[in-house]
Amino acid sequence: MTRLLHIERRLDTPRWLKLAVPLASILLAAIIVGILLAATGHNPISTYHQMYSASVTADGALTSTFVYATPMLFTGLCAAFAFRMRTWNIGGEGQLYMGAVGASATGLVLGNWPRPLLIIAMVVGGALAGMLWATIPALLRAYLRTNEILTSLMLNYVAGFFMYYLIYDSSSYWRDLTTPGATVFPTGKTLSPNATWPGITIGSFTLPMGFVLGVGLAVGLLVLIRSTRYGFEMRVMGDSPQAANYSGIRTKRKILSVMAISGGVAGIAGSSQIGDFGHVLDPRGLQQAQYGYTGIVVAALALYNPLAVVLVSLLIGGLTNAGFALEGPSFPTGLVGTMEGIILFTVLGGEILARYRIGLRHRAIAPAGTSATLGTEASS
Amino acid sequence: MTDSVPDAGNDQAAPVAGPAPASVLSANAPGTAPGALAVEAIDMTKRFPGVVANDHVSFEAAEGEVHALLGENGAGKTTLCNLLMGLYRPDEGKLLIGGRAVRFHSPKDAQNAGIFMVHQHLRLVESMTVAENVVLGWSTPRRLRFSPRSVEKAVAEAAERFQMPVDPKARIWQLSLGERQRVEILKALYRGAKILILDEPTTVLTPQEADQLFSSIRDMAAAGRTVIFISHKLPEVLAVSNRVTILRQGHSITTVPTAGTDADHLAGLMVGHEVSLEAATKLPDEPGPVVLELAGVSARGDLGTDALKDVTLAVCAGEILGIAGVAGNGQRELAEVITGLRATTGGQISVGGTRLPTGDPRAAIDLGVAYVPEDRMGTGISPNLSIAENLMLKSYRGKTMRSGPVLSTRKANANAKEMIARFDVRAPGPRTLIRQLSGGNIQKVLLARELSSDPRVLVAASPTRGLDVGATQYVRQVLAETAKHGVAVLMVSEDLDEIFELSDRIAVFYNGRVVGIVSAADANRQQIGLMMAGAA
Repeated sequence: MTRLLHIERRLDTPRWLKLAVPLASILLAAIIVGILLAATGHNPISTYHQMYSASVTADGALTSTFVYATPMLFTGLCAAFAFRMRTWNIGGEGQLYMGAVGASATGLVLGNWPRPLLIIAMVVGGALAGMLWATIPALLRAYLRTNEILTSLMLNYVAGFFMYYLIYDSSSYWRDLTTPGATVFPTGKTLSPNATWPGITIGSFTLPMGFVLGVGLAVGLLVLIRSTRYGFEMRVMGDSPQAANYSGIRTKRKILSVMAISGGVAGIAGSSQIGDFGHVLDPRGLQQAQYGYTGIVVAALALYNPLAVVLVSLLIGGLTNAGFALEGPSFPTGLVGTMEGIILFTVLGGEILARYRIGLRHRAIAPAGTSATLGTEASS
Repeated sequence: MTDSVPDAGNDQAAPVAGPAPASVLSANAPGTAPGALAVEAIDMTKRFPGVVANDHVSFEAAEGEVHALLGENGAGKTTLCNLLMGLYRPDEGKLLIGGRAVRFHSPKDAQNAGIFMVHQHLRLVESMTVAENVVLGWSTPRRLRFSPRSVEKAVAEAAERFQMPVDPKARIWQLSLGERQRVEILKALYRGAKILILDEPTTVLTPQEADQLFSSIRDMAAAGRTVIFISHKLPEVLAVSNRVTILRQGHSITTVPTAGTDADHLAGLMVGHEVSLEAATKLPDEPGPVVLELAGVSARGDLGTDALKDVTLAVCAGEILGIAGVAGNGQRELAEVITGLRATTGGQISVGGTRLPTGDPRAAIDLGVAYVPEDRMGTGISPNLSIAENLMLKSYRGKTMRSGPVLSTRKANANAKEMIARFDVRAPGPRTLIRQLSGGNIQKVLLARELSSDPRVLVAASPTRGLDVGATQYVRQVLAETAKHGVAVLMVSEDLDEIFELSDRIAVFYNGRVVGIVSAADANRQQIGLMMAGAA
């Protein structure tokens, strides 16, 4: 007789399982990738060792892991926060671009302000620009009921072209037109040293200010979601918009404000790119990095938990960093992307294990919907 | 495939052919259960994590019998059906169909054995025609080509043969709920149903449609089929069944012939103690001042048509105004404009003399309008939040649920514990997800929340729909008490018994208008019925 998979929803997930499942998932991913490495003629153990060294132990490796992790932390928070309310802001990418545009404008205009004030102004400038950009799909969603996935996604391209236009196709304020070289090879104006964000340096390791800010934001967002009226409203809205409306929640305003906060966080990613690392608006670099899209992966792996976003951004940041270090004739670029994909796959797959009990049953019957009934007669 | 289980060692193995053993019960009730036994469930047990949904449940139904399964929500009716239908497999016990032990692995097996079920929520493809729905998923092995015309012809013939008048070419979305249900039944009969399970079939029907259904059920039984009729509505069970098996908390309590019983007796068996069906009758009081006032209110329905036309009403403190009418005559829209969920297109509503802004639920809440909505699961609660969180759905904005700026889980849980005790909610605890509760308990949570805000006006739309006898009585008592405490209650109901039992005055709606407001003491059913039909 045949045996069939039987899937049953768990009544409650034990605490240890919540931790064990993601760890086991990552281990499983490592094994699968190991097989893949072996199949492509690499020694998995030594490759892993190289990766570890390239992302953690080597000189300056940890610093550059944090460099990659910082923008992912913000864009991860951007996605995780909005997704909590089932508002699918896919526009972190564009909101990051606009944040970079806003922050560099603030940094350029207010270049001679005292450093602390200037840095605060840059954070605010980036956040505001990201917020405004996110408000467009939010307004469309709240008042015209358009699908925010599509609008926020499309606006990423608009923001990309806009940023490109500022530097390459116009004599905008952001573009450096002072030297002949800069007119031939278009580049943005470099910000004054005043606008450089301070890092925390411990020996050879530098912790970017943006990362510290991001951790602070993560804690703030977690508190907002877990224990405030605002977060309670988000939970109700995410679960049942009708019940939210019934209980007097201003649903349209809620969509606007959640999208604005989400966009603002992505905007600060742009600020940090300018203030922490680039000091110049670099459309190509930002577009190639695709931190906004990676943020969605980070949020998904973190199961939309802001604190988990911090850890996951470091994991993905480390992987990205190791990928660049290993990249070469014998180690194709695609392999790192494949590894990220496999991790995503196993972790999200593992999530099913945590929520459902899966077993083999002697030709069990599991038509959709019936196994999850739990024996309570909810509908009778 | 259905497996026949050889059951040699068991003395309960029924003979394959020949007359079925005479049942003790049917011997007690001459005239009922005329044929051979069609279904025998013996000690069927089904366990789920934490619950025994069916605990040694037994019943039997003969050919040509209408057998009712009566029980409160959560009594195990649905689980039993899923066992019969092959959706679940029993942990213990066995099932005999036509005297042969069977083991179903899937609904397909059950259907091959002639068992079909019409679910409470119909399972039809709305964009397809009646004929297409009837044959959908039912493979006729000889024919590869699908010819709509021949299928329509076959379905039309079947419709005639089974006296189920329905146009095979009509698309499902064009049909009323009663007609759709007929399509479901026709589908089962067309596929050769010998045993038909109807799960709460009248929930979606108008009284007229229900009467038609009952006559179809009797016809089917007369043609030798077995109908298993699941319900918690006593009058229906008394009207249509030959015998009744009562389920309570997963046990089959007893089987009684319908002829020898009455509503009070059945209700007692169902809830486990004697209930008086007259308990909640409200004593007429002197009405207080007018609290809720509607003057010339109009509003549009979901489809943009005029659903409310120039409605003028007033409800006094301490009074229950019953809104009677056939579903879809503006009652839902009425409830929604008062609670701010729907914008008005004219007229004005005031609560305690203060004008209510239109289309603003929060303003209505702040003015003291509580609302028990018709759509309990979709609107009244947030299903994946806990009981405690659902209880603070309207009070979280105030100071009671907070310590400083932060919402206090401790206060929410304490509040929930108090409410659970006060409203007799059967739940493991405040943290239980509300969707895991039964309908009656969800309604209790809803009432607890709405009444704990000290409302001035309570709008209750179909407050007992889908609830079992015990919960219905409870809800009615709560409504009556609420009015006694000086709240103006506006109760929408399609159940005239409920309207008459509770209301001080009755407003009848027809086609979006108030066709008359009468004092309940002076009203009679016939008069109200005529008004509901637009004839008065």
